[in-house]
Amino acid sequence: MPEPSPVPDARIAVDCHGIVKQFGEGPRALRALDNVSVAIRENEFFTLLGPSGCGKTTLLRMIAGFEYPTEGTIRLHGEDIAGLPPFKRPINTVFQSYALFPHLTVWENVAFGLQMLGWAKGKIEARVAEMLKLVHMEELAQRRTDQISGGQAQRVALARALAPAPKVLLLDEPLSALDYKLRKEMQIELKRMQSETGITFIFVTHDQEEALTMSDRIAVMSKGRVLQVGTPWDIYDKPAERFVADFIGETNFLSAAMVGIEEGVARVRLPSGIEISASLAEGYRPAGEATVVVRPEHARMVTTGGQLSGVVENIVYFGTDTHIHVKLDQGSTFMVRQQNSRSKSCGASVGDRVGIDIAPDAAQVLRD
Amino acid sequence: MAKPRFDIRVQPGFGTVALFTFAMLYLPIATLVVYAFNASDSLSSWGGFSLHWFYEAAENQAVQDAAWRSLIIAVSAATMATIAATMAALATTRTPPYPGLSFKYAFINLPLMVPEIVTAVALLIVFAKVKVWTGYSGLGYLILAHTAFCIPFAYLPIRARLEGMDQSLERAAADLYAPPWQVFRRVTLPLLRPGIIAGFMLAFVISLDDVVISEFVKSGGQDTLPTYMLGQLRRAVTPEINAIAAAFLVLSVALVTVFFFINRKKA
Ligand SMILES: Nc1ncnc2c1ncn2[C@@H]1O[C@H](COP(=O)(O)OP(=O)(O)O)[C@@H](O)[C@H]1O
Ligand SMILES: [Mg+2]
Repeated sequence: MPEPSPVPDARIAVDCHGIVKQFGEGPRALRALDNVSVAIRENEFFTLLGPSGCGKTTLLRMIAGFEYPTEGTIRLHGEDIAGLPPFKRPINTVFQSYALFPHLTVWENVAFGLQMLGWAKGKIEARVAEMLKLVHMEELAQRRTDQISGGQAQRVALARALAPAPKVLLLDEPLSALDYKLRKEMQIELKRMQSETGITFIFVTHDQEEALTMSDRIAVMSKGRVLQVGTPWDIYDKPAERFVADFIGETNFLSAAMVGIEEGVARVRLPSGIEISASLAEGYRPAGEATVVVRPEHARMVTTGGQLSGVVENIVYFGTDTHIHVKLDQGSTFMVRQQNSRSKSCGASVGDRVGIDIAPDAAQVLRD
Repeated sequence: MAKPRFDIRVQPGFGTVALFTFAMLYLPIATLVVYAFNASDSLSSWGGFSLHWFYEAAENQAVQDAAWRSLIIAVSAATMATIAATMAALATTRTPPYPGLSFKYAFINLPLMVPEIVTAVALLIVFAKVKVWTGYSGLGYLILAHTAFCIPFAYLPIRARLEGMDQSLERAAADLYAPPWQVFRRVTLPLLRPGIIAGFMLAFVISLDDVVISEFVKSGGQDTLPTYMLGQLRRAVTPEINAIAAAFLVLSVALVTVFFFINRKKA
């Protein structure tokens, strides 16, 4: 993984460097974040992705200023913001619970930040109107916040956070309380607002699909550490660690023997004894054993030949595609995903002996 | 349909116990109120309906003074106790937990556990000394004493409200550029109002009702309504005392009702 540059860089909006956060002392101490370094670029839709409890909210709260790192520095546009309390940081948050003020109307909620910044009355009115229009909430401006639905509350929270035009917007699982259809709509809306406003978004989610569809770049986190940072394509096609490969999408793991590395490309021997080429994960440390991953859609079932062979164990039909589980001769199970077509079935039935053909460039050697 | 063997909602004998308890609680009060309208001098034999004793009580200068004094003390003590309790509640709920915090809770609530008579005697002794030093012997002592024992009553609902409040609201305000004072004024305080009103109401009623501490702390001629009534009971008792008690009861219930509705509207 490339280290973020320790020197201030104008293109970097938020630079977290060597962040450690420890809760409690002594034997009951908990390391919520363990040496986290991420550099988030200006105007980027950046996502922190990881299972619940991995420290996403904690990192966000430190960027907002509600929590202070035990170690490490956070820079905003090159400037160390350790000493700035939350109300002096040009960063706004859309809270996981929305945290709308229940004693204020929708309009008053959106105006709150502008009033605190001391904007003139006329300017506030214009800006609030603009924001309510952006989130399609003009009609409900005078509603109390307990008289609107979850999706509407979400929009108000967004308008309230965007109104002061912050440099960075933090969003803590803002869509997780919405139902599936609304969530899909809001994903597109959020993406639109990000590109319209040009504000840097730091988005937190535990939903890998959401992360893949929305982000410019993703940081995959587990147990307080950042395992990999990259574009959705990097993360999906070139996972660095077993956790990343497993957490995002479905995948096949093969234990192989390392034969040699030439110009950054590895030769590995599969359990079947056949050698194939594989790309190397970033930060790979040479070892005799190697774990190779192949995505199910990057392999084909064939009647003869192929680099692996086994017996069809299970066939699961999914409408657009079919998952074929093959019990390999060496014991493990390999899944192949095949596009369905109208005219023919998947071409095999349970109990058939088949071969598996791995596409060139499809295999990746993990670093762990 | 088979009858369930055990149903938590149906407890044999519960109705009887409840009826008995309500009777024990409300029958004496009802009797007291009825006899307030007695035309005769007696507390036990009915001499016809009359408002005589209400007029008598209302025209009695001593009753008027005592009622007025009770009100002044209750309003001042409840106000000061509520302010102190609000500050104490903020200090004990808006800091991260630290060693000694539960000790503080206990300390604030201790007056609830100290027998009132002990507090009364202690205050009597202290105030006697202070009176000699300063020469002041006004209502201040009673107000101070009432403030002291009212604080835990005001503290409880305020703290409960603060603890139940979603702290991300205050964080959201800070996130939207509100400095700490504005967070308090614009978010914490408005959301806390029902708790503060409930605390004030409790403190007010507790102060209005107090006998033991007032009896010990008051100087000559500083009777509150309850201590005046106690004094009257030692002498010839007429239904005037019933009339005062009935009026007192109506006042208390009316106040609690009013506060209750204010509270509900604001919440
Ligand atoms: N204030 C706190 N005190 C103690 N532990 C905390 C605190 N905040 C978070 N944690 C712990 O830190 C870990 C990470 O939490 P969090 O950042 O909320 O995870 P996520 O948002 O990824 O679900 C969890 O184990 C959580 O219990
Ligand atoms: Mg979280």
